[in-house]
This record gives sequence, structure tokens and C-alpha cells, in this order.
Amino acid sequence: MASTEPAVVCSGLVRHYGERRALDGIDLTLGQGQTLVVFGPNGAGKTTLLRVLATLLRPSEGDASLLGSDLRKEGWKVRSKIGFLGHQSLCYGDLTARENLRYHARLHGVEDPTPRIEALLEQTRLSDRGDERVFGYSRGMLQRLAICRAVLHEPELLLLDEPRSNLDPAAIEQVEPLIGAAAGRTRVIASHDPVGGLAEADLVLGLRSGSAILLERSEQVTTDQIGELYR
Amino acid sequence: MSAARPPSTLSAARAVLYKELTLERRAPQTLTAMALFCASAFVIFHFALGRDEVEGALASGVLWVTLTLAALLGIGRSFVADREEGGLDGFLLAPAPRSALLIAKATTLFVFLLIVGVLAALLFSVLLLGPTPSASQWASLALLIVLADLGIALVGTLIAGIAIQTRARDLITSILALPLLIPLLIAVTKASEPLLSVGAGTLTGRWLALLGLYDLIFGLLAYALFDYLVED
Repeated sequence: MASTEPAVVCSGLVRHYGERRALDGIDLTLGQGQTLVVFGPNGAGKTTLLRVLATLLRPSEGDASLLGSDLRKEGWKVRSKIGFLGHQSLCYGDLTARENLRYHARLHGVEDPTPRIEALLEQTRLSDRGDERVFGYSRGMLQRLAICRAVLHEPELLLLDEPRSNLDPAAIEQVEPLIGAAAGRTRVIASHDPVGGLAEADLVLGLRSGSAILLERSEQVTTDQIGELYR
Repeated sequence: MSAARPPSTLSAARAVLYKELTLERRAPQTLTAMALFCASAFVIFHFALGRDEVEGALASGVLWVTLTLAALLGIGRSFVADREEGGLDGFLLAPAPRSALLIAKATTLFVFLLIVGVLAALLFSVLLLGPTPSASQWASLALLIVLADLGIALVGTLIAGIAIQTRARDLITSILALPLLIPLLIAVTKASEPLLSVGAGTLTGRWLALLGLYDLIFGLLAYALFDYLVED
């Protein structure tokens, strides 16, 4: 990553759902390779922010750019560089894990995806059950598969909504090389874990009712401040 | 970091089409429902009309009303898995051209409609149809089924693309699709009438031309609008 251009820039970012402002004028800049952790109670706007950055929702007002591309005008340009992990696995229950990953690989134009798919399934300990339809998977297995899907095309930027939910300690270790700081990717993570989230953050954003009430470098933030967001 | 290049429209459409057909093969729902609906409708018509056999305009009306209502079932199901399992988001996150989804969904619906159309026509000829069509009349009827199904698949996919973004999606499908399908239904029932009559009826060119024009217009309209419909 030779470019010094910020990975994420939001300027006055607003998103409405009807009358309600789910995001209300968010300003932030995140450098490449850095991690932004977003905290806030349910309904604060964390998921909306991730979905706007993932190009799944259009900003109602304001601007956002990812990796140098304006989301409004050049959303198509950044999609191949984004890995999104939301609340749903985005995998089809009647397809096997391998079929799901092969499908997403084809949609992302990954050439010769089989070695990559096998490596990811091996990393997440899903190889043995990779030919089973995923409707029989536990929530933890689905989450591991969703992580495989999100990093399949080796994105530069990861947008992760509570990425470690439903994972046991062993699984958290397995996915660490894929979505952890060691992977070297720029990350925007929505989290409810003040201690864990703060530990991996370079920048902390605290949201309440769509507004940014905390935006600081992680060294300047305490877990008590994050706890305040939820009171 | 990424070694991937955005896929072509055709490559992405093939991926979606393969996924659609695999899902239907694994858990057959749409085709089964459509075929069962046709069989039930013919039995109901048999008793409701109080006749053992129908022909001409009535036969054409019974056949195409049944196929159109069966098509609504297929249209209503076409994005169900994508909505319930997040597959639409999965597609929208990819750098694939949005028209690939239109091509794959319309092709899937077209294939389903063709299968149901052929089965329904055969069943109709056994259960209700009075005259026995000649080989050339069967061939003409097959051509009509292809043209009509193409139009229904295009309009259906366009409507399903609108409906998936709304909460009243089941209502929207019927409310929007039926009025848009009226020109197609008029053309295909008029064109089918002589083929299902006693005597050597043949296809009329102007109804065929109207069907072809309808397919072309809605094909272009769907291609132009679909991107805007599926995105936020």
C-alpha cells in the first residue's frame, strides 16, 4: 500500500430512514492500515454507517470516500476492495460452504478460487464440513463461513459488524489472521466490547442516536468513556 | 492486495443462474407450486364450466389465465431466497454488473415458465381441450409459449426487483404485474385461439409481431431500469 491517501473519509455524512436520522453529520478520517472501532448502544447507527461505507446504502447528505473513490459516484470502483461482514452470513442455506464461497468468488472475479477457498476453510476448521449444506450449520460455523466470504477476494478494507459474535475462544483465534490487525487491512469494526474493541482500535467513534459524541485516538479513550455511551 | 478483477456481465450472470438452478434442484418449491397450481386450475375449470371439453376462445382464455396466474407464483418466489438469506446484499457487495442479476433472474424465470408451459399445455390437451391440434399447431403453440414466457419473465423480473425493496412485496407483485401483462395476454390469447379451434387454424402474424415488440420493449426497459431498482 504505497498510497498515503486516507482509506476512509466521511464529511457531514447523513443517512435518513424516512423522518429519522440514523446518521447525523458524521465527520471522520481513517488512515490506511488503521482500525476504527465504532461503539454505541443498539440503534445508535453503527450498522447504518457500515452499510453506507459498504455501498449498500446511499448517503442522504454529505460525502464519503473510500480508498480515494467517492461513494456516491464511484461506488462500483471500491466494491472489489471492500470485505463486509454483517449480521447475516449472506450465504444460501441450500448451498454447501464450498458452493457458497465459489459463488461469491465468481461474483468478485477471483481467478482460480479453489486454492483460496480450501485455505480459508482449513484456516477456519470448516474443511471437513465444507460439502454440507449450510442450513445445518451452527451460528458459530456460519459466522466463520461469513468471515471466509468477507475476505475471499483479499479486500483492502474490512467493514466488520460485531465480527466475533457467536465465536468460541478457539474460533476467535482461528479467524484472527483473517480479520485481526495482523492481516494488515484497514478495518472499521462495530463492537459492543469496550475492552477488546479499545485494544485493537487506532481510532474510536462513539455514536448515540446517529450522532458522533466521541471521536478520539484510542490512547485518549478509557473504557469508562465507552461505558458512558451505553448509559 | 486483491488479485480479483470485476467479472463480466456474462460471467456473473452464469454464476447467479447456476446458483438459482442449484437452489431449485435442491429444494424444489417454485416449479412444483406452479405445476400444481396449473393442474388444480384445470380441474376447477372442468367443473366450474360444466363442460368436458373446451375449444377456441374459451380454451385459449382458460389456458393463458392459468399460465399467467401460475407465473405470478414464480415471480413472487424469484427473490425470496435472496431476501431471506441476504443474497441480494451478497450480490450488491460484489463488483459485478447489476444487469447480470436481471439476466440470470429473467433466464431462471423463463426456464421455469417454459417447463410449466409445456407441462400445462399437455395436461390441458388431456383434461379439457376438445380439438386435437395437429403437429404444426403444436409447433405454433410452442412458439407462442416461448414468446409469451419471455415477456412474462422480463416483466416479472422487473416487478420482482421493485417489490423486493418494499414491505408489501406480495401485493406489489400482483398489482403491478397483471396490468403490465394485459397487452401480452391479449396478443397471446388471440394468437392461440385459432390453434385451439376445430379446423386447421394458423397463427396470425400481427399477434406474433405484437408479442415480439412487447418482449423487445420490456427487455430494453428492464435493462435500463434494473440497476436503479435493486440499488438503494
